[in-house]
Amino acid sequence: MSILSQAYSWINLKFLLAGLGVTIEVSLISIALSFAIGLILGIIRYVGFKYVSAAVGFVIDIVRNLPLLLIIFFTYFALPQTGLRMSAMSAAITALVVFESAMLAEIVRSGIIAVDPGQMEGARSTGMSYWQAMQHIILPQALLKMIPPLVSQFISLIKDTSLATIIVLPELLYRAQIIYGQDTRYMLPMYLMIAVMYFIVCYALSLVARRLEKRFG
Amino acid sequence: MIQVLTNNWPTLLTGFGNTLLCSVIALFFSLIIGSGFAIMETLPNKLCRIIANTYIEIFRNIPLLVITMFFYVVVPQYVLKMSGFTAGTIGLTLYTSSFIAETVRAGIQAVDTGQMEGARSTGLTYWQSMRYIILPQAFRLVIPPLGNQFINLIKNSSVLAFVAGFDLMYQGDALASATFDTFNTYLVVGVFYLILTLPLSYYMRHLEKKLA
Repeated sequence: MSILSQAYSWINLKFLLAGLGVTIEVSLISIALSFAIGLILGIIRYVGFKYVSAAVGFVIDIVRNLPLLLIIFFTYFALPQTGLRMSAMSAAITALVVFESAMLAEIVRSGIIAVDPGQMEGARSTGMSYWQAMQHIILPQALLKMIPPLVSQFISLIKDTSLATIIVLPELLYRAQIIYGQDTRYMLPMYLMIAVMYFIVCYALSLVARRLEKRFG
Repeated sequence: MIQVLTNNWPTLLTGFGNTLLCSVIALFFSLIIGSGFAIMETLPNKLCRIIANTYIEIFRNIPLLVITMFFYVVVPQYVLKMSGFTAGTIGLTLYTSSFIAETVRAGIQAVDTGQMEGARSTGLTYWQSMRYIILPQAFRLVIPPLGNQFINLIKNSSVLAFVAGFDLMYQGDALASATFDTFNTYLVVGVFYLILTLPLSYYMRHLEKKLA
């Protein structure tokens, strides 16, 4: 019992909670940026301009089919070779945004495709331009359809921030490793604690998603 | 890039083999475990549903890396020693099985309920109907999403690099640190991953269109 109370001392818990803060901070910044970029890429993919769409689609397919860990390694360890040096925080966010915006672009594109084509025709026939129809009629409906896959993508993003421990981002997993580095008996309590923390954040988000899905689905 | 490949192809190929091996092993076991929990979730028995649901939610909402590290550093301390490859494959199996369970459950529930009723009324037991009538139809529905899970599994197998699992990512990282040519090494590693995932992903898209 004393091991547990030592492992879960107030100082250690505060240290872990700060890590959870970093995890959430990196996640929120990455979610916001990759949603914006994914939305633009998804619209470009859908709207066409034949070659542009195909080229964007090809790049998206390549990024989607690479391991995120490789993209993180590349951003942090390989880009400095070309002169582009970043802090662990910026590298983690950059890698996450590159990877997730490719994932989100596909979600956005299939969301737009899922909207009945009659909606566009109807909007155009009332005199709206293509972009007006897109902005006011198509996208709002598409976004509602996208909520469940978007939220599960955000949940994976939060879980994936743990990979940034390899580039010494002081997030949750990294801090747990520092704590049990002092005493190996802390390993089990530390892994249980961070598992619970990740679980609470991700499960809460999935409950919100389920509620939204019920309301709009 | 070519030079990285010609100088180090045995190392990279070993890594490539290990990545493929652990992905296939993890896929095999997570299909079995995942289908088991998926069937449990559709059973009338409430306790079964709660057990299956708990399993799925736990492993879906904890990062794969945390699960893998748990098997690599904590389990050897109390239970038994295992190699990084084993720890990584166990972590991958548990994590992926929760996603496969959700996919297969959706497939089972997408099969018309009349199929079960019809099968039961011809005299088949519940398990016979499940085995011969429901599951074959459900699996046809879930082939494309299962394929996508397999692609995720291959990409996720890169966590073996954290636990010295000698997979592609690990070998690539070791090469990059040894040669200092991180840029070209990671490009080559990326190409190796794409050889596995890109054709699979295009094939799944094709199947999705064909089955839709």
